[in-house]
Amino acid sequence: MSSSSLLARPLDGLAALGRAVLDLCRTAGAVTLFALNAVSHAVRPPFHPRLLLRAFLEVGYFSLPVVGLTAVFTGMVLALQSFSGFSRFGAEGAVANVVVLSITRELGPVLAGLMVSGRIGAAFAAEIGTMRVTDQIDALTTLSTDPIKYLVTPRLLAATLAMPLLVLVADVLGVMGGYLIATLKLGFSGPTYLKATLDFVQMTDVVSGLVKAAVFGFVVALMGTWCGYNSRGGAQGVGGATTKAVVASSILILALDYVLTEAFFSR
Amino acid sequence: MNEALSAPLDAPVAEPAVPKIRLRGLRKAFGPKKVLDGVDLDVMPGSSMVILGGSGSGKSVTIKCILGLITPDSGTIEIDGRNVLAMSAREREAVLDRTGMLFQNGALFDSLPVWENVCFKLLAQKRLDRRQARDKAAQALADVGLDASVGDLSPAELSGGMQKRVALARAIASEPEIIFFDEPTTGLDPIMGAVIDGLIVDCVKRLGATAVTITHDMASARRIGDHAAMIHQGRIVWTGPAATLGQTGNPIVDQFARGEREGPIKMELRR
Ligand SMILES: Nc1ncnc2c1ncn2[C@@H]1O[C@H](COP(=O)(O)OP(=O)(O)OP(=O)(O)O)[C@@H](O)[C@H]1O
Ligand SMILES: [Mg+2]
Repeated sequence: MSSSSLLARPLDGLAALGRAVLDLCRTAGAVTLFALNAVSHAVRPPFHPRLLLRAFLEVGYFSLPVVGLTAVFTGMVLALQSFSGFSRFGAEGAVANVVVLSITRELGPVLAGLMVSGRIGAAFAAEIGTMRVTDQIDALTTLSTDPIKYLVTPRLLAATLAMPLLVLVADVLGVMGGYLIATLKLGFSGPTYLKATLDFVQMTDVVSGLVKAAVFGFVVALMGTWCGYNSRGGAQGVGGATTKAVVASSILILALDYVLTEAFFSR
Repeated sequence: MNEALSAPLDAPVAEPAVPKIRLRGLRKAFGPKKVLDGVDLDVMPGSSMVILGGSGSGKSVTIKCILGLITPDSGTIEIDGRNVLAMSAREREAVLDRTGMLFQNGALFDSLPVWENVCFKLLAQKRLDRRQARDKAAQALADVGLDASVGDLSPAELSGGMQKRVALARAIASEPEIIFFDEPTTGLDPIMGAVIDGLIVDCVKRLGATAVTITHDMASARRIGDHAAMIHQGRIVWTGPAATLGQTGNPIVDQFARGEREGPIKMELRR
């Protein structure tokens, strides 16, 4: 009796672990099918340009203030930190290079992705989740409209297209933030700082950041729409879906950032 | 003598028709909870069926199964003699194109103005352009007793009864062959309820549609229905002419129709 229960305990733990792994695989498979289905609708008529435009404005235009502010302050902090850090080696001159490299390669896309996940991923999950629990998604089906095509595809496309543009703006603003601190506070000359920036930055730095941005945009929209689409059980369910969407997309952004960096820059 | 004569006259009329909707052995459980436990039901083309049953007895689930919004655990659903559950997605879409549904809670799209809600299906099927849709919406709103100016409001700005009427207008605007009404008159005042009943009868008569209506209102059930069916404990326990509701001779139905506390239906009330 006691020996069998002693034996069972580690097996229970194993079983729980196995179950969690299986659940994870099942969810990953379901999300992949969901994404493939949604993407396949992008090339099959009828199209919904009106919805695409609305989602594009939502992601690209209305996220500008928050992403812009994030970028400016990040650039400012980067300039300060690298100046105080590098002055120990007498390498203050590298401030411009550090700022532009960090912003374009990493902080622009990652911070914009995280901000957009809080803003857009949450909004998508809440909108679609509410439609789910109030039967509006079922109503779409009865009104000869595929809910994936109508609700998910435009949002995925819009986020994937808008994020690179958003990050391009964030790159410029981030460098400007660094420039402001460098010239006003750290005593760099404006033209020298700008020249150092432009001479140093390479096409691959910017492009890799924009590719990351597109991937993050897709991930944020995918998590938002998927969690919303599968939400259950009233206001509480929608709240849970919203939280899940933000947490999942934030973690995926950080993990994918590593994978993409590895793919771009490791030889 | 009279009866012997009338029987062969009636027979050929009723015989050859394939039911518009035919359910056999429909079962659905949510977890351990058996909601439908072998539902059998026939609805003839051009007829109006009323489904009765206590709250939570599975009326809405039955309709959602027919529409393919919920997949039943077992059983068959035939529309025009063809099993819906075995159809390809495309064939199923074709069936849904000819169907209308009024959801119990309205399910209006709150991101769209009322007029776009009403003509959503016509716009989706490209049967109208947006300008024509506006006129059509005004017409459809007038039919359910709403002013054309309501068309520009958002659904959130309407009262519950107005939302219900907009949802009704949306369900019938595309003039479907089969229409499902889930509690069309709940939350309406008695006069508006009668108007809506008239509208539903008109849909069936004028469009030749087949209607399935869920209602708790006996007066309305008698007005709308040709036939009625009572669902109890996951099964259809009675079907018959709607006009006889209240004196069917079936104790379950009679108790339900008269709203009596004593009878075979035991309300599970906790004290
Ligand atoms: N998606 C679902 N998940 C779990 N249980 C469900 C679901 N939908 C319905 N049920 C359960 O099925 C039962 C029947 O629900 P249904 O909505 O069909 O009732 P109803 O007959 O329409 O009642 P009412 O007259 O109150 O609308 C209920 O007990 C409900 O709890
Ligand atoms: Mg119901």
